[in-house]
Amino acid sequence: MKPAVFDYHSPSELKEALHLLNEFGYDAKIMSGGQSLIPMMNMRLARPKVVIDINQIKELNYIRINNSVIQIGGLTRHYQIEESKEIEQVCRLITEGMKLIGHSQIRSRGTIGGSVVHADPTAELPVMLSTLGATITLASAEGQRTVTTEEFFMTYLTTTIEMNEILVSVEIPIPPANTGYAIDEFTLRKGDFAIVLAAASVTLDVEGKVKAARLALGGVDGVPVLLDEVTDGLIGKIPDQNLIAECCMGIGDMVDPEPDIHASAEYRRDLCITYAKRVLELAAKRALKQQP
Amino acid sequence: MQRNLKKIAMTVNGKAYTASVEPRMLLSDVIRDELGLTGTHVGCEHGICGACTVILDGRPVRSCLVFGVQADQSDVITVEGLADSNGELHPLQEAFWEKHGLQCGFCTPGVLMSACHFLQQNPNPSREEIREGISGNLCRCTGYQNIVDAVELAAETLNKNKSSDTESAKEQGVHSGRAVNV
Repeated sequence: MKPAVFDYHSPSELKEALHLLNEFGYDAKIMSGGQSLIPMMNMRLARPKVVIDINQIKELNYIRINNSVIQIGGLTRHYQIEESKEIEQVCRLITEGMKLIGHSQIRSRGTIGGSVVHADPTAELPVMLSTLGATITLASAEGQRTVTTEEFFMTYLTTTIEMNEILVSVEIPIPPANTGYAIDEFTLRKGDFAIVLAAASVTLDVEGKVKAARLALGGVDGVPVLLDEVTDGLIGKIPDQNLIAECCMGIGDMVDPEPDIHASAEYRRDLCITYAKRVLELAAKRALKQQP
Repeated sequence: MQRNLKKIAMTVNGKAYTASVEPRMLLSDVIRDELGLTGTHVGCEHGICGACTVILDGRPVRSCLVFGVQADQSDVITVEGLADSNGELHPLQEAFWEKHGLQCGFCTPGVLMSACHFLQQNPNPSREEIREGISGNLCRCTGYQNIVDAVELAAETLNKNKSSDTESAKEQGVHSGRAVNV
C-alpha cells in the first residue's frame, strides 16, 4: 500500500501555509501529525493532489497558561500535552484523556489541531474539549475567528472549518477550584477506537452541592453529545450515587447510536448509561477532595 | 511519469545518510529500500501493527505513518542501532533471546524499539506498565507473556549495568559504543 503521487509543500510560516491554501483550494490537504491522513493515503482512500505539511511551522507548537485559560497551539503534539506538568496542575482531565489516545507511537506524532479537525466522533479530544467548554481558533489569509465546539463539530469527520482555514489554537477555560473530572471509555482492545467514551466535570459549592456540571459522550453520534439534560438535574444537590443514577436513567432515550459489527445500538445505549454514571461519580468524588 | 524527487539528509544510527526520494515515499520504505536497513519491518502499512516502529528525534513513531521527506534533518534509530559496534547485543536483545521473547520474529524490531524508548522513560516498570508500553505492537505468535518477561529482565540488566557503569565511568571515563543509550 503506497500513497498516490502528490505535490509536497512544507512551509515554515503560517502566512505561507495560508497563502498556499488559497492558491490550491480544494486540491490541497493540510497535513499535521498525519496519523489519520497517512493511513487514508496509504489505502488510497485519500488522494490529495497537494499536501501542505505544517510540521515546520514552529509558531503553532506551544502551551501557554495564564490565570484563566490554557491555550494550546494547533501543532502541539499529544505527548507534549500528556507530559505537561502545568496542564496537569490546572486541568487533569486533559492529562488523563491524552493517555487514552491511541498508543505512545501515535502520540509522538499526532497533534491537537489534527485530531480536532479530523473530528472522529470516537476520538478523545473533541469529547474532552466539549466537556470543558473550549473554543477553537481558525486562521485564514483574511484573519482569525474563534468558535465554540458546538459551532465547530457538524457531523462524522465534518466541521465548519472553511477550505482556506487552518486551526491555529484551542483555548480551554481553567475551571474553578472545587472541580473534579473523569474520563473513561469502552474499547475492544487497548488504544482502539472507543465504542463509547464519556467525560464529565463537576464543580461543587462550599456546602458540597453541585454548582456546575458537564457531561459529554463520544461514539454515539456524529459529534460529541453534551447531555445538559442529565447534568441540570444535579445542580444545587449533593451528588451522591443515587442522585447520579437517577439523573442518568433517561440517557438511553436521549442518545441514538448506530449499530455496527462491534456493538448493537441497544448495547451502546447501556454503555452510555454505565459510563456516564461512572465518570460523574468519579468526578463528584474528586471534586469533594478538592473542597477546602 | 515525472518523478518529483526531493533530497533529504538524516542521521541513522549515528551515521549520516542522504537520499533522493519522492514525497510520497514512506519513511519505512526510505529506511529499507533507499538506505538498505532492512531490520525495520513493514507489516500493515497503516499504523496498526507497530512492526515498523523506529525512534525519530527521540520519540517512537510508526515509520509507515511518516513520509521520508518529513524526516529530513532528523535523527533516526532503527533496530540495527541497538547492538554495539562490535556486534554485541543490546541488553534488550539479550533478554529477548534469554526469555524466548520472539517466535517468527517479524514484529520484534518494532517491539524492541518501543521497549527501548519505554525503558528510557520508565526504568523500573511493573508488568502492567510493560503491557501498556508495548500495547502499540502486535505479535501474533507469542501471546506476549515472554515479551513481558524479556522486557522485565532487560530492565533489571539495564539497571544493574547503569549502576556499575556509573562506577566504572567515574574511574575510567568510558562510554558505550552504542547509537542508543538506554
